[in-house]
Amino acid sequence: MVGALIEAPPEGVIFVSGGTEANHLALLGTGRDRILVSAVEHDSVLRAVPEAERIPVDRDGIVELDVLDRLLATDPRPALVSAMLANNETGVMQPVAEIGRIARMRDALFHCDAAQAAGRIALDAAAIGADLVTLSAHKLGGPPGIGALVVTSGLELTPLLRGGGQESGRRAGTENLPGIAGFAGAAGAAAAQIAVYDRIRELRDSLEAGIAAIAPDAVVLGAAVSRLPNTAAVAMPGVSAETQVIALDLDGVMVSAGAACSSGKVGPSHVLQAMGVGPDLVASTIRVSLGWTSSKADIAHFLEAWAALYRRCRGRAPRARAA
Amino acid sequence: MTATAAALLSVRESARPNAMPIYLDNQSSTRLDPRVLDAMLPYFTEQFGNPHSASHPYGRIAAEAIEQARGEVAALIGADPREVIFASGATEANNLAIKGAARFTREHPRGGQFRDHIVTLSTEHKCVLESCRRLEQEGFQVTYLPVEASGLVSLDALAAALTEQTLLVSVMAAHNEIGVMQPLAEIGELCRSKGVLFHTDAAQGFGKIALDVEAMHIDLMSISGHKVYGPKGIGALYIRRRPRVRLLPLIDGGGQERDLRSGTLPTPLCVGIGRAAAIAAAEMTAEAQRQRQLRDRLQTGLTRRVTGLRLNGHAESRLPGSLNFCFPGIPAMQLIEACPGIAISTGSACTSASVEPSYVLRALGLSDADANTGIRIGLGRFTTPEEVDFAVDALAAAASRLAAESGMAGESSNPI
Repeated sequence: MVGALIEAPPEGVIFVSGGTEANHLALLGTGRDRILVSAVEHDSVLRAVPEAERIPVDRDGIVELDVLDRLLATDPRPALVSAMLANNETGVMQPVAEIGRIARMRDALFHCDAAQAAGRIALDAAAIGADLVTLSAHKLGGPPGIGALVVTSGLELTPLLRGGGQESGRRAGTENLPGIAGFAGAAGAAAAQIAVYDRIRELRDSLEAGIAAIAPDAVVLGAAVSRLPNTAAVAMPGVSAETQVIALDLDGVMVSAGAACSSGKVGPSHVLQAMGVGPDLVASTIRVSLGWTSSKADIAHFLEAWAALYRRCRGRAPRARAA
Repeated sequence: MTATAAALLSVRESARPNAMPIYLDNQSSTRLDPRVLDAMLPYFTEQFGNPHSASHPYGRIAAEAIEQARGEVAALIGADPREVIFASGATEANNLAIKGAARFTREHPRGGQFRDHIVTLSTEHKCVLESCRRLEQEGFQVTYLPVEASGLVSLDALAAALTEQTLLVSVMAAHNEIGVMQPLAEIGELCRSKGVLFHTDAAQGFGKIALDVEAMHIDLMSISGHKVYGPKGIGALYIRRRPRVRLLPLIDGGGQERDLRSGTLPTPLCVGIGRAAAIAAAEMTAEAQRQRQLRDRLQTGLTRRVTGLRLNGHAESRLPGSLNFCFPGIPAMQLIEACPGIAISTGSACTSASVEPSYVLRALGLSDADANTGIRIGLGRFTTPEEVDFAVDALAAAASRLAAESGMAGESSNPI
């Protein structure tokens, strides 16, 4: 079921405790001398191998493919390239098929962190062209505490956790069976859910259109490129993300100032910085993510709250709404 | 009890006599206590927030639930909540404790020197032994101490094994296969006097026997959820704050669990292990006594009916619900197959698929042939006297039949 989510054979699926562990196993387990990661990866990738080489991204958050090719071409050591399918903060999707093609051409392995994308868009391991794919159950409606690393080739991995030899010696520890069952259930349901995301994409687009109508100076990051249907990273220039989160919270709208793992921390988003977004805009960006329960009424409510805050902060009289 | 939990329970109860054998393998895993399931369910459904999303109530409610659970786990071992981090299970906790302590020491040498010696027992769980083997590959020295015939460590041998270079001693609290409980307080005192870190794998002991990190001078303790009627996929590691024990994390990322273990915490599973700990705290003493009586009933019954039956491991210093017997001359796998009405095993679930004789029983001095006759029986919270009697009958009858088939003495001819 979980393998089928990305059209991969079941024997390649290694169940682990979540996306973070899967990313670690992928980056540390292949034993490659060189690790290259995109600059917008999740912290669990960036910090797994802190000395990994960073592949820059352009202003839209897309990996610079020619730089990647050059990096691989100029150093003959066996390499692993890690790039996420979709970014957790902006929703921006990488051209993974291209990245995979370049990696293969240069004899590098390709790891793709699909935690954020799985269940939101149709996935196909062959189309991704990755040797290793990270999946997380709780990002697709399954339970927390379970994830998987999918090995699409016959690659041997050095385990991170050693012990009883479970998961064919690739990951020790008693299997979290209810978690695995929940993961499988979520993966099965995800196929049906993907259609729902067409509706969510419409909602997201109407939200962004609404914002553009209210505030011509607002910025949607990565708007020009392919993104996940449910994510919008929106900057209200001059108003700190923290202020926005609190004000929207008071109005009953839950958003966040970035990734959950680091949202308790201060410090600008490395994702937006890597995209070359200026510090002021970085500091005023919030992440809005919609789920399958989101409705038109929710969007209207969000826009109302967002507009009220915008007007308060701009100290302007209410303007006529264009839409 | 919620309707769901009640329904699950009733399905299971009604299915039990016919469909499923009586469960006597509580060392490998335990049934989730319905009270634990009740506590967990809301965190699968309404309260699904990411506990690390500090910006909205969904996240904050989850975070509060996790902190309460952390407190419940800590309370059961006399620790401060800040000394407990959650992990995916005891295997991860053991890997983190052992590799983490060793690697931190190597990365932070004092005056260019670091202690590079680890002492453990040859009978430890595979995940402890495998972690130590990994460290050997990285240049550490490891002493795998033999145990006495009782399965207990010799304190003199342990004291003699400690050197100026010894960094860590890892000895499990209660054994997964033979049930023996090691003298933790004495080991802790010895380690403390030598400035050596003391780690104990308490996967089997947590919630079943009294554990106190202060009185026992324990610096690191691994804990499992599903061995104590909590959920699978969750465990914890106790890490002493005073004096502070430093570890290098195995998993980096979002910096959760004070940077020692990144990854989104699974709120329902954390709540589950917390509730399991709280229940154990309230009921441990009475439950231990109840299980001890059932254990004695089983042991007496079998001893009376199976000639030459031999208990493996110390007779007194053992977990209340744990037994390990050699049925003379009867290969364990044959006996298990002859008793489809009860679920028992030869030993650790991790290695039970292997055809090798148990390395644990071999370490007690048993021959390969004898070690191949070892059967592990684990009573639990939901075991009843009727089930124990059924198991005695089933095992004694099967042993008798198998012995007769192979022309050996089996069931005793003069029952008392």
